[in-house]
Amino acid sequence: MPPFRRHYTSFAALSLGLLAACGGPFPQSTLAPVSDFGHDIDRLFTGIFWWAVAVFVVVEGLLLFSVFRFRHREGAPSPKQHEGHTALEITWTLAPALILVFIAVPTVRTIFKTAGDAPAGALRVEVIGHQWWWEYRYPDLGIVTANELHLPVGRPVAVDITSVDVVHSWWTPRLGGKRDAIPNRHTKLAFAPDSVGMFTGQCVEYCGASHANMRLRTFVESDSAFQAWVAAQRATPSAPAKGSVEETGRQAFQRYGCIACHTVAGFATGIIGPNLTHVGSRTTIAGGTIMNTEQHLHDWIADPPAMKPGSMMPNMHASPPDVTALVAYLQSLK
Amino acid sequence: MSEAKGLKSWLTTTDHKRIGLLYFWTAFVFFLIGGVEALMIRAQLARPDSQLVGAETYNQLFTMHGTTMVFLALMPLGAAFFNFIVPLQIGARDVVFPRLNAFSYWVFLLGGLFMNASWFLPGHPAPDGGWFGYATLTERQFSPGPNIDFWLLGLQILGIASLAAGFNFIVTILNLRAPGMKMMRLPVFSWMTLVTSFLIITAFPVITVALVFLMFDRVFGTHFYLPAAGGDPVLWQHLFWVFGHPEVYILILPAMGVVSEVLPTFSRKPLFGYTVVVYSGVLIGFMGWGVWSHHMFSVGLGPIADSVFALTTMLIAIPTGVKIFNWLATLWGGQIRLTTAMCFALGFIALFTIGGLSGITHASPPADLQQTDTYYVVAHFHYVLFGGTIMGLFAGMYYWWPKMTGRLLSEPLGILHFWLTFIGMNLTFFPMHLIGLLGMPRRIYTYSTDLGLDRMNLWSSIGAFTIGLGMVVFVYNMWRTRRHGAVAGPNPWGGATLEWATSSPPPVHNFDVIPTVTSRMPLWDAQPPAKAPAEPVHVPPGSWWPLVAAAGLPVMALAPLTHTVWIVFVGAAILLYGIYRWAYEPFEV
Repeated sequence: MPPFRRHYTSFAALSLGLLAACGGPFPQSTLAPVSDFGHDIDRLFTGIFWWAVAVFVVVEGLLLFSVFRFRHREGAPSPKQHEGHTALEITWTLAPALILVFIAVPTVRTIFKTAGDAPAGALRVEVIGHQWWWEYRYPDLGIVTANELHLPVGRPVAVDITSVDVVHSWWTPRLGGKRDAIPNRHTKLAFAPDSVGMFTGQCVEYCGASHANMRLRTFVESDSAFQAWVAAQRATPSAPAKGSVEETGRQAFQRYGCIACHTVAGFATGIIGPNLTHVGSRTTIAGGTIMNTEQHLHDWIADPPAMKPGSMMPNMHASPPDVTALVAYLQSLK
Repeated sequence: MSEAKGLKSWLTTTDHKRIGLLYFWTAFVFFLIGGVEALMIRAQLARPDSQLVGAETYNQLFTMHGTTMVFLALMPLGAAFFNFIVPLQIGARDVVFPRLNAFSYWVFLLGGLFMNASWFLPGHPAPDGGWFGYATLTERQFSPGPNIDFWLLGLQILGIASLAAGFNFIVTILNLRAPGMKMMRLPVFSWMTLVTSFLIITAFPVITVALVFLMFDRVFGTHFYLPAAGGDPVLWQHLFWVFGHPEVYILILPAMGVVSEVLPTFSRKPLFGYTVVVYSGVLIGFMGWGVWSHHMFSVGLGPIADSVFALTTMLIAIPTGVKIFNWLATLWGGQIRLTTAMCFALGFIALFTIGGLSGITHASPPADLQQTDTYYVVAHFHYVLFGGTIMGLFAGMYYWWPKMTGRLLSEPLGILHFWLTFIGMNLTFFPMHLIGLLGMPRRIYTYSTDLGLDRMNLWSSIGAFTIGLGMVVFVYNMWRTRRHGAVAGPNPWGGATLEWATSSPPPVHNFDVIPTVTSRMPLWDAQPPAKAPAEPVHVPPGSWWPLVAAAGLPVMALAPLTHTVWIVFVGAAILLYGIYRWAYEPFEV
């Protein structure tokens, strides 16, 4: 079934009544998985969900029936004083236990299947959480980027997750479950995306002021598109032409101390903030929260904490012409 | 209750009924504060990209909403009923340690005020690390302000109140039962108080250790949770949830006890399977210790640990389910009177069941990887803690209000309160299941309209304000009974347990003659008439010293807050002086 058909079927199953009032589409739906990992979880959840529905119907049905059937009537004789019934007690102990067996067996099976062990030859990706952005490294490809992950469709991915400051959690709902990013620990996820597209996600472990602004995008691409992206990311950007506005921007980049935190291959080597070598090719800035347009980039550089509360990037009080030049320079870093 | 009037009589009281009322009103005010914080959260989330409150304020609101509701509202509302009702239910004149009981209350009040004082200081440094306070975010390096200090010091103070109360009720229930009240004749609410008290005295030391470590990290530069020097932030998570999961049962078991009292009274049938219900409660208490890591499935503890904690968690569903079936069987064949108390008790069963079932879905670790830290979990635990605990506590309030005040709450207003709460609750929290499954994380002050969740979030916010409207009706109803409530008499509902054997409100000594118990439902079974008292009843006198001793604790807490060592000696001196005078207080007859 195509993802969106499947998406709506599961969804309708969940809540027919609310469907009309819901809105949508839902780009972060866990019910429309696009990886083997996501499908495994979805199958497990669907099974448990229907068991829960069955128990719900029985319990609420008995409750409503009792309330309507056994209402107090004036002059009725005092009800029979039942104190208990051993056979009934045994029955309603064993029945839930039996249902739990049907839930526990597929649960344990799926736990081991989704334990994060990728097959040999998987694409290795390192995810490093920072307040409040994601660093991505491809150790075998020599690529370092931020907030936007590119993956080839169909190829297994081995994700290694850690953090440099507080606990974060990395999650792209349609690609499967989340995993915490914990300082000094390495956690892992493994999945193989099965559909091409852009899938959004965000940090799901509360990590301070701008937790809500720590978003991410995962681009699942055809193999050729991915290879083209890899080639572009591995190239060192050429220095701007003498006398150009980009060249002024590059000088400002040095003068305002941007180089202390940011890397631009061949020019700056800071490692505190995102690597900006190819920032012009990214679709978003500021932890994946705003689109990478000239205007947004301008506003961002002029006053980062105004756009992202608590931002570690301070307001450098750059003069308006310098901001314009910086924007031109950063946009040139394709 | 005692005839004495005036402020002094309340400040020095050791009467469990007065302390129960103090607990009730203090916790109720904190409940309203926590509710206002919830409404501000929902106001912020009613629209995407809202600018109503900033990120910092929002983070403080959800931190204090959770902390307030758990530690300052729901637990002490339970304690209010422990105090007022349990000694009456077991046929005692008071708790075993009346002054310790007063001490518990004053420590609770001062701890709550200490933590909330942070709202009113310059810069409003209210706690902002989440009610779960995960390291390393709560370490000095990432939270340099006093916000987290207010939180961790306030919780340490509150823990002392809970521990003292826990010991008091264990000893009281085990030792002060009326003649003939064997353990298996103990009313279920008192049983659940006993189990809850055991959980309190075992769980609170764990969070105290966790908080002391964190305090040492923040104040003295240790590294319990700091990885740079070999510490481990996951240690905090283990300690917090080893406390945190039993805490869930500390919150739900008293409500289950209330429901086990209300259903029989208004079905005019004894509780079905009393023994099984009691043992299930005990079993839930024990098993609650073996499930904590289900809060940590996304940590990646490995497939074996995940499997073990998944199975232990699923096992808890069995005694919980057994309780629900026994409640249903209690209704079966009864003469059901739909009073407000009964409606809330039935609402408990209906809603708690939903919370239990969604709980099963994230007892399964792979499924939980899609659910944890999303609104699905917010929906789940609000069905447990609102649909369960708060509905149960409301049932208790309508049920025992006449016992506590001598007057009945208005039933029509009560039914209106019930429906506003029931409808508002479902409107608020049911859409959150979908909001979570459709990818919205918890604890975010803003969300993008791209998620497609604007309308569901708006519905949820409308629901929250519907609950708020219900609360307005309830507060009016309570206020109204001061003059207009019908006089209750000793047993307005035809209850079977001993609290209904004395006047409403009860006299200061509770019973002229301590009743002798021969069955589980003493007032429904024929009882021998009570004889006149043989001698005057001794009533413990009031004392200032519990209040004085309690006042030393927040003073001590000011020392780490202000990094001023001598203050700790002042606080300790007040505490020790209070205890000294308390210990040598003359015993008046």
